Amino acid sequence: MTHDQPLLVVRDLTKYFPIKRGVFGNISGQVRAVDGVSFDVAAGETLALVGESGCGKSTTGRAVLRLVEPTSGSVYFEGDDLLALGAGDLRRVRRKMQIVFQDPFSSLNPRMSIGAIVREGLTIHRLAEGSAADARVRQLLEEVGLRPEYATRYPHEFSGGQRQRVGIARALSVEPRFIVCDEPVSALDVSVQAQVVNLLQDLQRDRGLAYLFIAHDLSVVEHIADRVAVMYLGHIVEHAPVDALFSTPTMPYTQALLSAVPAPDPGVKRERILLAGDVPSPANPPSGCVFHPRCQHPARDAACAAIVPPLEEKAPGHWAACIKQTPTAVSWEAQRAAGGASPPEFYIPRAALHRSLDTSHSSPASE
Amino acid sequence: MTPPLLEIETLHTSFSTEAGIARAVDGVSFQLHAGETLGVVGESGCGKSVTALSILRLVRPPGRIEAGSAIRFEGTNLLALAERDMQHVRGNRIAMVFQEPMTALNPVFTVGDQIAEVARIHAGASRRSAAAKAVEMLALVGIPDPAQRATEYPHQLSGGMRQRVVIAMALVMNPALIIADEPTTALDVTIQAQILELLADLTRRLGTSVLLITHDLGVVAENCSRVIVMYAGEVVEESTTVELFAHAHHPYTEGLLGAMPRVGRGAERLATIPGTVPAPTAWPVGCRFRERCAFAWDRCAKDHPPLYQLGSGHQSRCHLAEEPNRRAHPHTPLAAASGVASA
Ligand SMILES: Nc1ncnc2c1ncn2[C@@H]1O[C@H](COP(=O)(O)OP(=O)(O)O)[C@@H](O)[C@H]1O
Ligand SMILES: Nc1ncnc2c1ncn2[C@@H]1O[C@H](COP(=O)(O)OP(=O)(O)O)[C@@H](O)[C@H]1O
Ligand code: SF4
Ligand SMILES: [Mg+2]
Ligand SMILES: [Mg+2]
Repeated sequence: MTHDQPLLVVRDLTKYFPIKRGVFGNISGQVRAVDGVSFDVAAGETLALVGESGCGKSTTGRAVLRLVEPTSGSVYFEGDDLLALGAGDLRRVRRKMQIVFQDPFSSLNPRMSIGAIVREGLTIHRLAEGSAADARVRQLLEEVGLRPEYATRYPHEFSGGQRQRVGIARALSVEPRFIVCDEPVSALDVSVQAQVVNLLQDLQRDRGLAYLFIAHDLSVVEHIADRVAVMYLGHIVEHAPVDALFSTPTMPYTQALLSAVPAPDPGVKRERILLAGDVPSPANPPSGCVFHPRCQHPARDAACAAIVPPLEEKAPGHWAACIKQTPTAVSWEAQRAAGGASPPEFYIPRAALHRSLDTSHSSPASE
Repeated sequence: MTPPLLEIETLHTSFSTEAGIARAVDGVSFQLHAGETLGVVGESGCGKSVTALSILRLVRPPGRIEAGSAIRFEGTNLLALAERDMQHVRGNRIAMVFQEPMTALNPVFTVGDQIAEVARIHAGASRRSAAAKAVEMLALVGIPDPAQRATEYPHQLSGGMRQRVVIAMALVMNPALIIADEPTTALDVTIQAQILELLADLTRRLGTSVLLITHDLGVVAENCSRVIVMYAGEVVEESTTVELFAHAHHPYTEGLLGAMPRVGRGAERLATIPGTVPAPTAWPVGCRFRERCAFAWDRCAKDHPPLYQLGSGHQSRCHLAEEPNRRAHPHTPLAAASGVASA
């Protein structure tokens, strides 16, 4: 992590989608897709945003780029307040912020050649024209591991991994400093996924790119991220450097998420935190801690349903939102006043500790 | 030793396409024993799903199972059965769970009615006892408030809940074998954990065998005692899961294991397999993995490797079994050396 002023600063970002019902489209409620999210991304670093489907990752990524209009909050990029910018200024800033989507099939226009897709940004932002643009397109294709002569071909002629490379070349064409990668490898086979992950890492090293890397696969995240933010029901519930998150998962939801990752280690019989039921609807989130109905912290009690846990620094640089994990600024007296019965105590179940178990990797089979 | 529950012998399934005959499954043989959970892994397009559909004889034209194939299940060659008898097998002895649960559910009936229908047809239950059975099965697969859920339609349930309903439907008939084709691929990891735990629990309690098709080696490691690796329409490696993870032999298996990010391994660079699976209309001569392989030598371009026996229950379709010294000299695979990565 660098100590420069962050490239991107996001504060209290909120996006509510109205729920329309009936023939008159009356607004009958709101989906709280993103509910007060704050984070920074420094130049050249990767912040991963993880969580299960529907927790608000994509909406966060899009709201940061103003591809969806945030309901409230602020987004600063290189010091510019994005939400205050007019159309002209927004376009100028957007050149430096790009996005790569999960689905390499629907995100490329099937009627445009690969060359035209990559060239579009050059034209829109008047970065190159004519033969200079042609040369630039060829160079970009090579840089992402595609043959320059592919420029005349069309998306349907390519595999998923190749299309994802085209999407990356398109993002790179305008020389961004920051890319939102929205599940860029989730749809790919493991061998191809590894190629694209390595490509993203090489490009970051060579160009000093910053990524907001959205994923639901924690094992990929551990490979690519410097820091990780865990989302649940529109909230960031934990936020830490990657090593700290994996070695000391603190928010009980993070613990459950980590324990659910299958361990590719047939000799080790892992314990598992099995969460009951499904994620509640973001149209009607639980009171207090949004995770409390499924939480398995031994001290969970009525206070969890009453008090909204602040995202607080539990260890240097390690933030988590849980009033039962010590230290906490929510005093035991306050918790008791809210109906609490069990004092806070720090707790990490064995099942959440992948790292210590995996060090015994070559352990013989226990059959 | 008791005969295997399922025995597949030189299964060939192909599709006539504009580009020629696609030999999707090209001589696959394996056995599955009663009570066993057997994993099948490989990249997409390797023939895993077509193998599953072939077992149930659900391959539709332009696809066909070629003469000379045999699928023996509980001692009967399924390929020789009349369609009526095959329907009985599908409805009573072998159940299938797909990646997308909606393919197995009817959107216009409540989930309770759908399970009850299966109970009526296959167990001959009366209307009332079938309805009770449906609620009982929903409870068995861990659906909270099963009586209420039974009255709901599939679209009212989450993806994980729907997959449980499909498993409940499969279980009503008390099958000997469940074929699960990527049953958790569309689900979140915490829901995947619930569903796999459910399957494991059911196999323990009911003795059901499972053919678990997945692209996730982590899922194999935790759930399967044996595993088959498929590549380009063939079995390229077969072994116990423990042996496969400790001593993978085939370079493709090694590649899959190396490419897999693992929690606990930190930021070390991922190994990759260059290139992609070739087209099933034109499998390469010699070893089908040759262009992507770091050990390939001239023999690999000429001779199609057989499944070599490496030890008890461990087989690999790689000539390194006969010339192990060549492992000491890896080189850049053809698919990577031909200029650019081609994923
Ligand atoms: N355009 C939209 N209109 C209404 N609801 C939406 C829209 N986009 C997303 N949502 C809802 O917002 C929540 C968060 O969605 P999303 O950001 O896509 O989650 P994720 O990317 O983590 O899977 C979900 O409940 C989703 O249904
Ligand atoms: N209906 C079909 N028509 C033509 N080719 C098909 C059909 N179904 C499958 N195939 C081909 O068979 C091969 C194996 O497919 P499949 O068994 O689905 O792979 P996997 O499940 O391992 O991803 C693929 O190359 C696929 O294109
Ligand atoms: S047979 Fe040859 S090409 Fe095929 S996997 Fe073995 S070494 Fe590689
Ligand atoms: Mg998303
Ligand atoms: Mg398949």
